[in-house]
Amino acid sequence: MVILEMEKISQEFGGLRAVDGVNLRINEKEIFGIIGPNGAGKTTLFNIITGIYVPIEGNLIFKGQIVNRTAPHDIARLGIGRTFQNIRLFDKLSVLDNVRVGCHGVTHSGFWSGMLGLPSSRKEEKMILARSNELLEMVGLYDKRYEYADNLAYGEQRRLEIARALALKPSLLLLDEPGAGMNSIEKGELMGLIRQIRDEHNITILLVEHDMNLVMNICERIAVLDYGRKIAEGTPSEIKNDDRVIQSYLGVGA
Amino acid sequence: MFWEQLINGLTLGSSYALIALGYTMVYGIVQLINFAHGEIYMFGAFVGLYLVTSGMNIFIALVGAMIFCMLLGMLVERIAYRPLRGKSSRLSALISAIGVSIFLSTLMALYRGTNTTRYPEILGNSSYSLGSIQISSLQIIILLVSAFLMVGLQVMIQKTRIGKAMRACSQDLEASSLMGINVNGVISATFAIGSALAAAGGVMVGIYYNAVWPYMGMMAGMKAFSAAVLGGIGSVPGAMIGGLSLGVMEIMGVAYLSSSYKDAIAFAILILVLIIRPQGLMGQKISKKV
Amino acid sequence: MEAFLAQNIDAYYLRIMIFIGINIILALGLNIITGVTGQLSMGHAGFMSLGAYTSAILSMHFATPFFLAVIGGALLAALFGFLIGIPTLRLDGDYLAMVTIGFAEIIRVFFLNFEPGGKAVGLSGIPQNTTFTIVWLIVIVVIILNSKLFKSRVGRSLYAIRENEIAAESCGINTTRMKVLAFTVGSLLGGLGGGLYAHYMYYINPQDFGFMKSIEILNMVVLGGMGSIPGTILGVVILTIAPEMLRVVAEYRLLFYGALLVILMIFRPNGLLGDVRIYDLKKRWGKKEVKPW
Repeated sequence: MVILEMEKISQEFGGLRAVDGVNLRINEKEIFGIIGPNGAGKTTLFNIITGIYVPIEGNLIFKGQIVNRTAPHDIARLGIGRTFQNIRLFDKLSVLDNVRVGCHGVTHSGFWSGMLGLPSSRKEEKMILARSNELLEMVGLYDKRYEYADNLAYGEQRRLEIARALALKPSLLLLDEPGAGMNSIEKGELMGLIRQIRDEHNITILLVEHDMNLVMNICERIAVLDYGRKIAEGTPSEIKNDDRVIQSYLGVGA
Repeated sequence: MFWEQLINGLTLGSSYALIALGYTMVYGIVQLINFAHGEIYMFGAFVGLYLVTSGMNIFIALVGAMIFCMLLGMLVERIAYRPLRGKSSRLSALISAIGVSIFLSTLMALYRGTNTTRYPEILGNSSYSLGSIQISSLQIIILLVSAFLMVGLQVMIQKTRIGKAMRACSQDLEASSLMGINVNGVISATFAIGSALAAAGGVMVGIYYNAVWPYMGMMAGMKAFSAAVLGGIGSVPGAMIGGLSLGVMEIMGVAYLSSSYKDAIAFAILILVLIIRPQGLMGQKISKKV
Repeated sequence: MEAFLAQNIDAYYLRIMIFIGINIILALGLNIITGVTGQLSMGHAGFMSLGAYTSAILSMHFATPFFLAVIGGALLAALFGFLIGIPTLRLDGDYLAMVTIGFAEIIRVFFLNFEPGGKAVGLSGIPQNTTFTIVWLIVIVVIILNSKLFKSRVGRSLYAIRENEIAAESCGINTTRMKVLAFTVGSLLGGLGGGLYAHYMYYINPQDFGFMKSIEILNMVVLGGMGSIPGTILGVVILTIAPEMLRVVAEYRLLFYGALLVILMIFRPNGLLGDVRIYDLKKRWGKKEVKPW
């Protein structure tokens, strides 16, 4: 079952085609990787998927629905979560609160019920707290839940972003360079976490990464972008041996 | 009658344009609304006044005021904005700008009192006729000087190295610095040029309306900001067009509608622009880097 | 109660306490908009003005009972907040600052020309129904409601918007809608403060609600700690009392405000109480949860 489809998606910035006629089909429960040199359009692609940019051409289809012009917050509520290349945490909120905010898209208590402390709101808060604690346990940050988010170590901050994205109960999770700045031990743990997320929570994962080791080990299929175009797609071994990819990105002896 | 009002509007509009250019250039590069810009304009008017009453030729006084404000603008940037660049939120920078604005206007108010001072009669004010249209010599001078400055600015931006650097910075500050452009220098230069133009506007307004007072910068600043938004914030030609248009609309509004709401016209236009076409006449939708 | 107070506390101090109370209401309103949601509003005095004039006119010309008049003023202010917020908050935060300045100016010019409001001469003869008790009861209610709001889902989303708007969107928060909500509630409180002010002062004129007033309130929020209720209260107390004590240097007050803003932003952008991490203090006292407010 195809969960996300991009049909000839294009985006332009001041005359420059950042993304040019990209076709992609992501299957449910896949771990799919997108690689390519810097400036190839990977993050732009993510931004299109999450509704931050509206593509000038093409169709974006999520679970059978065309979502080209859907606003970011609605995309989130439809079930697409993401992390960011340059970590975007709520710095002056606690770790716990960061994840609780993540629950926003799947909860409902409004202004009045929150302010007046109505029963429905209090019940929901309990649920939010429980769920957030659970997610923090999963990424190993439960003990630091009362710290300010900007007090965490870099790798911990990345894990927090993942926990926050998971709070949304997404069916598709976009990870933008989740391993950036991590050492090899942390990356090993990250790979375990990604697999755990996919296996235990039935979430499709789409990730952008530069670390080839990570990508080749964890992704089931990979697409390669260069200058906004998809130049190759396939399994890790197929990609490793693809001439065009080697030439433009991997280099000889990859 | 209509043509006279049009000329009045263009004359007023030139001063708005000169101030608006400072707002738009700074915003284009550092995404900051320099609230203190109006006060630079006001200082320009006062410095010009001081120089003229000390006996200098008006054009020398104009240049003197421009130089003074250039330095003042660069000083403000250095003290109140640069420390906040990068690490603090936009909110902090805005608040700091407001702080500078209040500080400068109060400073002048304490020094000179809040009353209006007149510029001495310098240039005389003979009238010329083009057919049935009356135009004063003062208006001609203001329009010519403003046009000269605006054209000079365009030439500088398009043809000189510093202009190129400014254009690069307004497109992508980080990339520019990676390419070896001295970003701090460019930003200082931008403040300097914007302040000089505002000072020129201040001197000319002082002469034309024959009045300067410490809080003139607040009102003119806000109106010029509206003009910059109307033209498209970040766009240099936009600021020029916006300024001139606003001046014309304000004068026409007063002439044909009502004079008591004169000051509200600029703000009403601001709100309308933001509702209907936020990027202004010449602006492009600014996409954020995510 | 009033009689008791009048007998036991000097009238001068009572007056200051009432002003502190009214300022707390005004500042907490601005705090919701600027301190919590991070949207700089520079025209809070405009909402105060709307609340003041509306409630005064209702009281004086339409024989409206005090409470209804004040509520009427607050609601009108909220309505304007809503109408201004919708087009403006779609855009970058910087625009709101300028628009709110412009809005407050338009309001001021409007009342300068408004017959029933007395134009430049102002409006006098407003029934003085605001009492110490009433003000402080309202203050307590406002503080409690604010506090509960900030702990709730909606409150958290407002803080999130301040911290990182794009990330907030990715969590499913409709940032524009939330910003408009915050702005409306904040203006409501501004109007409420204005109504109470009018019915205490007996006389109001458009100059009371100029740009400087907006700056004063902003200073209170910024000084004490943006987004923090105790911080805002501290800022109000300091900046209400200080001018009284520094009567001598009244003319330099504005100079001081201007410099204060710049210095605060450079050295302590989170205000006096903002960066003193309550977390650190609470850790020592045995509590654990860290709160931004």
